[in-house]
Amino acid sequence: MTKSVMIVGVGGQGTLLSSRLLGAVLTAKGYDVKVSEVHGMSQRGGSVVTYVKYGEEVYSPIIEKGEADYILSFEQLEAARWLPFLKKGGKLIVNTQKIDPMPVVIGTAEYPSGVIEAISAAGADITSIDALSLAVEAGSSKAVNVVLMGVLAAKTDIAYETWVEAVKATVPTKFLELNLKAFDLGYNY
Amino acid sequence: MAKELIIGNEAVARGLYEGGLRVASSYPGTPSTEITEFISTYDDVYSEWAPNEKVAAEVALGASIAGARAFCGMKHVGLNVASEPVFTGSYTGVNAGWVIAVADDPGMHSSQNEQDSRHYAKAAKVMMLEPSDSAECLEFAKKGFELSEKFDCPVILRLTTRVAHSRSLVELGERNDIGVKEYTKNPGKYVMMPAMARSRHVVVEQRLIDQAKWAESCELNKVEMNSTKIGVITAGICYQYAKEALGKNASYLKLGCVYPMPVDLIRDFASKCDKVYVLEELDPFIEEHCKTNGIEVIGKEAFTVQGEYSQSMIASVILGKSTDSLATDLEIPARPPVLCAGCPHRGLFYALKKQNVTVSGDIGCYTLGALQPLGMIDTCICMGASVSALHGRNKADTANEKKSVAVIGDSTFIHSGITGLIDIAYNASNSTVIILDNSITGMTGHQQNPTTGKNIKGDPAAAVNLEALAKAVGINRVRVVDPYNLAQTETAVKEELAVEEPSVIISRRPCALLKYVKHEKPLKVNTEKCKGCKACMKIGCPAISFRDKKAVIDFTQCIGCGVCEQLCKFNAIEKGE
Repeated sequence: MTKSVMIVGVGGQGTLLSSRLLGAVLTAKGYDVKVSEVHGMSQRGGSVVTYVKYGEEVYSPIIEKGEADYILSFEQLEAARWLPFLKKGGKLIVNTQKIDPMPVVIGTAEYPSGVIEAISAAGADITSIDALSLAVEAGSSKAVNVVLMGVLAAKTDIAYETWVEAVKATVPTKFLELNLKAFDLGYNY
Repeated sequence: MAKELIIGNEAVARGLYEGGLRVASSYPGTPSTEITEFISTYDDVYSEWAPNEKVAAEVALGASIAGARAFCGMKHVGLNVASEPVFTGSYTGVNAGWVIAVADDPGMHSSQNEQDSRHYAKAAKVMMLEPSDSAECLEFAKKGFELSEKFDCPVILRLTTRVAHSRSLVELGERNDIGVKEYTKNPGKYVMMPAMARSRHVVVEQRLIDQAKWAESCELNKVEMNSTKIGVITAGICYQYAKEALGKNASYLKLGCVYPMPVDLIRDFASKCDKVYVLEELDPFIEEHCKTNGIEVIGKEAFTVQGEYSQSMIASVILGKSTDSLATDLEIPARPPVLCAGCPHRGLFYALKKQNVTVSGDIGCYTLGALQPLGMIDTCICMGASVSALHGRNKADTANEKKSVAVIGDSTFIHSGITGLIDIAYNASNSTVIILDNSITGMTGHQQNPTTGKNIKGDPAAAVNLEALAKAVGINRVRVVDPYNLAQTETAVKEELAVEEPSVIISRRPCALLKYVKHEKPLKVNTEKCKGCKACMKIGCPAISFRDKKAVIDFTQCIGCGVCEQLCKFNAIEKGE
């Protein structure tokens, strides 16, 4: 059975590192894996989405409405935007950070209130977390991606050590300590 | 060897490497860029960024004729630029193998049109292969060299965004370096003047017949028989979508070679299935081939020529299946891409907005200046068109020539803006061209270019001096501004628009995302001083938002560029500690 994980957020938040890390973990576990990334224009502060799929044999690299077992959202509004992609019974992990999209910045639209509550009311199994504060606690606001990966890791049946090995293989050595701390903060959340 | 999880583009690079690639030349373009970036990591291959795709294709063909297996890669619109050497390269054929990668962008994730490059294979009479995942990217790239030499023909490897940018598992192999083959002078084959070209055209037509015959039984075209109620003829990523949607409920004919296509193989497959669908994104290329040959298939009448296909689209059309999904009743504002916080282009666009000019735009990050609240791009056509289209505008509407400018990035200017500037100087239009020199090719993810002083490997290289170049082509007024300095930038724009001769303004400041660019501490809003006038929000910086009637600066995004500071009349924006 193929499992699907969506990683969504705002261009520049480091979603690509998360999908690479997840891809490394799943490959190490011996799964067939496909990861579909976003490069180019949409990376510039736009809504970004990365698909990770694994199982015995994976065909399509993309995830569609009602197909995701997990959605990992780096930002509140993006969680609501991509909610229709969550499978019934799927799990959604959301960073409570809010980043105003340009229509909100220039006043042509409003950032909706009660996003987390609305997602919950729609029937999603939601975990919300202030990953930005934990990333800052670990040493850098840029480590939001690794904190969130820690939260996801704790919800899977893949061993802690496998994740740590992947973090070691994915992040630059000089930021390793910081990222391991960030991962633990998420894992133990 | 162990399996690796790599994107299609890296797998293409690996396949070319294993296939004995010796010379690679490309111009960056999403979604093709990473192929050549990965090639540049192999020390036993010569690689380079060329000024544009035409140059790249000529470099590759020259290397092939000299006897080295060669490559050039580009996005779909890049093939328009490179088409001249490709069309004639079809006539000359090769000495060592020549593989051309072209990456189409169905759905236009990062492109200005949705053209289907398969038409080029047919028009240039060149073989085209289309992989469906990273393993095939590697295999087909490698095979491309063999086929190029076997048929004495360039081979195009066609990718689409989902194949180029999806990771899947591949097994790496050893490199087979065939060295440099001997070059033998052969004007009848390599000098394409009319008499020789006429006899080469005969060769090209025979080659197509031979290739089509080969396509009937080649290993790249595969038949998978399951249930014969549904038959699917497909290629590339659509094969993966179809397999996921239909599984064993359908039989498949997967074409690895999409030009030339077999006829008997397709006819035989179709005859065994009750209902046959052609699944292909963009134009009905395979479908028309089937219908021309009298093979009954269902294609675009049930699907679409626009955007991407997917597993659910196929499941819905063919099986009538739909999927339930969760939703909220929230109104969710769109989140379009924006110029980054600290982007040097922002100050320049703000200065243009104050002058209320018409802006002839170009291809790059700065195209985002078209979006609100800046809204300062009037046209965006193709690489280099900002400059030449401005010249045309000013020749057509001389009354308004002091109210229009062109904006073009450093890399795009070298690609094909320089020729337009020569036109401006030579045919004397009163045009002002602004080169947005951010010292890198930005949108495609930071590639070096001829103005940066570094080559593809990051080693020191000759750098085009933009000031001297503009002067050398006949532009007498050339000045440089720092777009972080709003007053200086505005003055320059105003003065150059006022003069009665062509001029060039170089708006120079490195991209804020470059690793060597030192960021200042994030700025802070002094809430006592902030009057909530929103003057700082006119520049559309994603780091500035408005909460409780005051401006707020997001410390995770702000790099302290100070442009907003210059807009605040109340000195409410302060340096961070």
